[in-house]
Amino acid sequence: MTVRDGSYVDAIREAVHQEMERDPSVVCFGLDVDDPKAIQGTTRGLVEAFGPGRVFGTPLAEDAMTGVAIGMALAGLRPVHVHIRMDFLLLAMNQLVNIAAKSSYMYGGQLHVPIVVRSMIGKSWGQGAQHSQGLYAFLMHVPGLKVAAPTNPHDAKGCLVAAIRDDNPVMMVEHRLLYPHRGPLPEALYEVRPGRARVVAKGADVTLVGVSHTLVECLRARLHLGEIGLEAEVVDPIWLAPLDADTIAASVAKTGRLVVVDNGWTTCGASAEIATRVVERLQGTREVRIHRMGFAPTPCPPTPSLEDLYYPNARTIAAAARDLVEGKATGWLPPERDDTREVEFRGPF
Amino acid sequence: MTDLARLYRSLYRIRRVEEEVARVYPTDVIKSPVHLSIGQESVSVGLCEALEPDDAAFGTYRSHALYLAKGGDLRAMIAELYGKATGCAKGKGGSMHLVDVAAGVFGASAVVGTTIPHAVGYAYAVRLRRERRVVLCVFGDGATDEGVFYESLNFAALKRLPVLFACENNGYAIHTHQRLRQHVPDVCARAAALGIPAERIDDADVRTIAARARAAVDAMRGTDAGPFLLECMTYRWKEHVGPAEDYALGYRDRAEAAPWIAGDQVARTGAALAPDERARVEREVEAEIADAFAFAEASPFPGPEELGRDVFREAP
Repeated sequence: MTVRDGSYVDAIREAVHQEMERDPSVVCFGLDVDDPKAIQGTTRGLVEAFGPGRVFGTPLAEDAMTGVAIGMALAGLRPVHVHIRMDFLLLAMNQLVNIAAKSSYMYGGQLHVPIVVRSMIGKSWGQGAQHSQGLYAFLMHVPGLKVAAPTNPHDAKGCLVAAIRDDNPVMMVEHRLLYPHRGPLPEALYEVRPGRARVVAKGADVTLVGVSHTLVECLRARLHLGEIGLEAEVVDPIWLAPLDADTIAASVAKTGRLVVVDNGWTTCGASAEIATRVVERLQGTREVRIHRMGFAPTPCPPTPSLEDLYYPNARTIAAAARDLVEGKATGWLPPERDDTREVEFRGPF
Repeated sequence: MTDLARLYRSLYRIRRVEEEVARVYPTDVIKSPVHLSIGQESVSVGLCEALEPDDAAFGTYRSHALYLAKGGDLRAMIAELYGKATGCAKGKGGSMHLVDVAAGVFGASAVVGTTIPHAVGYAYAVRLRRERRVVLCVFGDGATDEGVFYESLNFAALKRLPVLFACENNGYAIHTHQRLRQHVPDVCARAAALGIPAERIDDADVRTIAARARAAVDAMRGTDAGPFLLECMTYRWKEHVGPAEDYALGYRDRAEAAPWIAGDQVARTGAALAPDERARVEREVEAEIADAFAFAEASPFPGPEELGRDVFREAP
């Protein structure tokens, strides 16, 4: 298999392009998918290749267009519906929760809704309260939905291909700051199947689980921890629903310490679910210490001085992990490293 | 069978199914909220008269009439109301979620307006594949309060999709009249504002509805003529949900219902048939209904292994 270096944007675009070539039932639409900016490039070239019948921008009607996607799926198409911000999904929740998630069950297996909903989480350059939300916990809550949150180009392509081929509704959670990230990107089509997490770095002292972009921060935190002689194991869930808690629990069984870092609020969030499932598996057999991190329990402030405090970052994660390992508040905060500084995007968009 | 006899059979069958549902309801064999179609039969029957078997229909939680008029399986419907494993949704849907894909009846929804965009998306696929099918989208006047109604009609008009929108206007969203909810209670004007031609049929006459629906469907079938909207005025005789009358609630009175009951399409269509033909149709329908209720009674409930099935469709 030929493997090139490619970006997360390349991976998303290539997955849809190749699947549309392979399967004429795949269609792609959403606000601005065919405009000059092409959703940060993730839909570039699709309308030229497949025409405006299969690739089109839509009216500003998230509710109806989600229902339209469901109707297309009932007629045998495989729609990929794109939202440039996850915040806008709230306008589509009725169709997603009341119809897409329930159709297979509520219609006794007669109907199936193979739709993919791509949505992007924003961060930095003052995205503010309504361009920054990681709302996947809402979706994880509902039986009948699958949720993927890949963190590198390889998994982005594989998850999206698996999502398009899945006979069920799949929510594809993308993070704006992951888009420029580069990595190995196989040329051929392949699937990163639902329900399998991956240990991305080995370590014996503490397990770090990061969701979406916070996985990157966990890997950076691991570098800080290495400087003080602590080895962190980092686990990428990849899929939030179905969630591979066994792989995470196996890591914690080894380390005895778990820091879950979410790209959302902690209350009733993905971090709560992950921590609970680990405890359910290990209680009575292994003493486990757990710490959760996530967005500050506020709306996201746009001003840099507050935005920096709002998000967990590599240094705060490392500090929390050390405190967990030592069982006390050490007051330690690692010094900044040039190689862990995020390349954030500049405005206006 | 003559056209008239076929129409009567469909009307009478729906009326009698609903009456049987109402009759057995107090015994609790049906543990599902039922929104009966009694009084509104002619809308679904007239609309479906214009459809081919492979055309698609999308309805609402008050869909018993549409399901039956489109050819949905009667045994599977009654078994679904009884919560039995042989139901059209294996007992996992209930009265508000009837479905029969083989008959072109797509799943009904309890959330008002939610199936309108499904019909539009289905029609998009039909046009993309250059098929000659059309899609019937039935909703109530309450759905025209919802934002998704406008969003969906706009997209259908924009893409010239073959959808017959049919507003089954019984005047009430539960107990609240349209005039208390809409400053301009004119559904046709709303469609026209979105570029969709529309027509109101005031008397629920089944043959008028069938003729107008056929004209609209014939124009859009296999063409880029685009959608059409029919506003079919009708009247619900029973309570919003349940088997009884509800005039005692005081939100409407019998005088309002009287002309609709006097113009009952089931009775009028039956009266237009020769007595012996009418008797034969009724005899056959009664036997079919008795069979369907007996089938539901005799069918098993789903076993515990069914609780977790069908949440997802897994690859074969």
